[in-house]
Amino acid sequence: MLGKSTFCGEALFCTKVLPGHFRNAFCITSESEERAYVAAVRGMSDTLQRNDTRITPGRDRMLTCVSLATFLCFLWYADSYFGDYSIRILNNIAIFTMLAVSYNLINGVTGQFSLGPNAFLAIGAYTSSLLTLSPEEKLRTFIIEPLVWPISEISVSFPVSIVAAGVVAALLALLMAIPVFRVRGDYLAIVTLGFGEVIQVVANNVVSVTNGPLGLKGLPPYTNLWWSWGVCLLTILCVVRLVNSSYGRAMKAVREDETAAEAMAINAFRTKTLAFTFSAFVQGAAGGLLAHLITTISPSLFTFMLTFNLLIMIVIGGLGSTTGAVIGAVLVTWGGELLRAFEEPVTVFGYTYEGIPGMRMVIFSVLLVLVMLFARSGIMGRHEFSWQALINRCHLIGNFLRRHS
Amino acid sequence: MCSARKFYYECVFKYVREFGGTLPRGSLHFHAFQNESYRVKTAYLHAVLGPGNVDYGFVLQQIVFGLTLGCLYGLLAIGYTMVYGVLRLINFAHGDLLMASAYIAFFGIIIFQIPWPLAFLLSVALTAAIGILIDRGAYKPIRNSPRISALITAIGISFLLENLGLVAIGGRPKTFPTPSLFEGSQTIAGVQIPNLSIWVFLVTCVLLAGVMLIVRRTKVGMAMRALSRDMETVRLMGIDIDRVISFTFALGSGLAAAGGILWCMKYPAVEPFMGVIPGLKAFVAAVIGGIGSVSGAALGGLILGLGEIVIVAVWPDWSGYRDATAFSMLIIILLTRPTGIMGEDLPN
Repeated sequence: MLGKSTFCGEALFCTKVLPGHFRNAFCITSESEERAYVAAVRGMSDTLQRNDTRITPGRDRMLTCVSLATFLCFLWYADSYFGDYSIRILNNIAIFTMLAVSYNLINGVTGQFSLGPNAFLAIGAYTSSLLTLSPEEKLRTFIIEPLVWPISEISVSFPVSIVAAGVVAALLALLMAIPVFRVRGDYLAIVTLGFGEVIQVVANNVVSVTNGPLGLKGLPPYTNLWWSWGVCLLTILCVVRLVNSSYGRAMKAVREDETAAEAMAINAFRTKTLAFTFSAFVQGAAGGLLAHLITTISPSLFTFMLTFNLLIMIVIGGLGSTTGAVIGAVLVTWGGELLRAFEEPVTVFGYTYEGIPGMRMVIFSVLLVLVMLFARSGIMGRHEFSWQALINRCHLIGNFLRRHS
Repeated sequence: MCSARKFYYECVFKYVREFGGTLPRGSLHFHAFQNESYRVKTAYLHAVLGPGNVDYGFVLQQIVFGLTLGCLYGLLAIGYTMVYGVLRLINFAHGDLLMASAYIAFFGIIIFQIPWPLAFLLSVALTAAIGILIDRGAYKPIRNSPRISALITAIGISFLLENLGLVAIGGRPKTFPTPSLFEGSQTIAGVQIPNLSIWVFLVTCVLLAGVMLIVRRTKVGMAMRALSRDMETVRLMGIDIDRVISFTFALGSGLAAAGGILWCMKYPAVEPFMGVIPGLKAFVAAVIGGIGSVSGAALGGLILGLGEIVIVAVWPDWSGYRDATAFSMLIIILLTRPTGIMGEDLPN
């Protein structure tokens, strides 16, 4: 493992990448170049798939628009006719999709193992709640110690508070990136994990800002299906655009081999910081949405358990695939609701099964380990969704059915 | 401050001096004191200690507590540092081995009525076996895959152990049956030294010396050191690296078990999530000392333990932030000397 990475620098110069490296020393501008040098460096041509969408852009755009419109119709239908429980699940799915997609950007695409989304979520939730609560409500909530002055008077609209939540989370991420990305790899995991613990400690102790263990109550329930799915779709769009840009290609290069990427004049520190800050922004905004969905927040809500759930989502979906993150988020959020059956008493054929609280997490952790051991690429691997692939798949199934009928 | 309240806090403070750096979490006193306003707390502390009027007995007392805690962190950190040195893997499940050892010892004494020395030995042996099992079952199949996969598996194993504990045993904390040998305390020059602290110190010294001997003087130790340099070459030299790695896991887990039993006697509440925070802090200690270095891990543990206790003792008002000190120390270390105090420069 160690030998390989030191060897890579030399391997780089022995390959055909060398001319390209001199021609374009400052960034990788085309996908083909990136593909060439990553393939050359690691001999892993399978990491980058051929993107077939370019062949028929008009058709793909039309299909995307139609499916989006169908989805919006579905949302409208759900909003008008679904029960509270189903709407709550749909909202949860939207928020967790946002979180998983942004978490995948740092963990899967950039390959930096962060364990801090719960911290950024907490920061976002607290920031946005403190900004939207009315001054009278704040006076009523802060019974132990009064809220500090400037915050106690401020009250802004919901969208502004969501943006502010993202900005505050992103600023903290930027501060954290400076010490952490000076060293490589695993330290990020521990520092971000520790940061999550510290945020909880701070939220419990800075009573005059966070109201301590009591948390904040009576938040206006602004988050509805339109808000959550609107922000979610916007996030997916931004992340997809980012991943397909030259920045995104730099991120993938850093994931594959940092030494080689730096040899290609990619500023690894800046690339990692960008991914980390961007994902923190999204996580902060998601925190704001979550707070206004459940209307009550307290420090105990933002434990490491949240991060663990997100990790399962992106691992099941396929580390490094945005589509996979979306699929994972939907499956785990929905599946988590279905698995509640294990925790409640059920009677089957006269035999009463006593529900075991905590069984869900056992199932999830076994699932995570099994996926890691036997199906490491998850559902999507590093593939992304494309209409062409879907159509090809449909053709295959059609042929199969015709042959067997 | 009214006199009745002052008297009450004088009693509380005496309790603190006798039994630990801070008030035990969950005790009535802790809540009462925590819920006082900042003004009352500072007024009280000034009344008892006085600004600039440092009580040296008090300071020595805190150093004793800090050393005890530091030794416990050190014992855990050695396991982390060895596994990280050999595999470049943060074994997140290491903290949960502490929990496992505590439960094994607890059930051995309470349910199977085994005499405690035997139960402790059994606990160490079984925990070492669990360590080997985790390595063989979960880490060995993914040894040649990217490091991120190994980390995710480690987190999965850690959660699995915690939640299995929760489902199988239940979340209610159980009181650890501390043998009478470890209770009581000696008073030397006005400083109370709990017997347990002496035991912790002795056990740590003996185990640390043992591990250093194994790593520096034996063949397995030599293989371990070689593995941390270059796994492929070691394999080519005809060494069965799986056996060496299993041995590393067994050694680290055994140390975690020893640390876990001592931890339980100091903080006698056994519950499924008890290993999380000590585990994290022990990793921080390993980083402070320089990851990959055994003596560095012990030193890092001492620094961390002393730091935590002394900071809380000097600024009692910050006791709520005690868990945050470790991570602030980690960030400072990363900013100033990323390789830790005794660490060598790691190859990339």
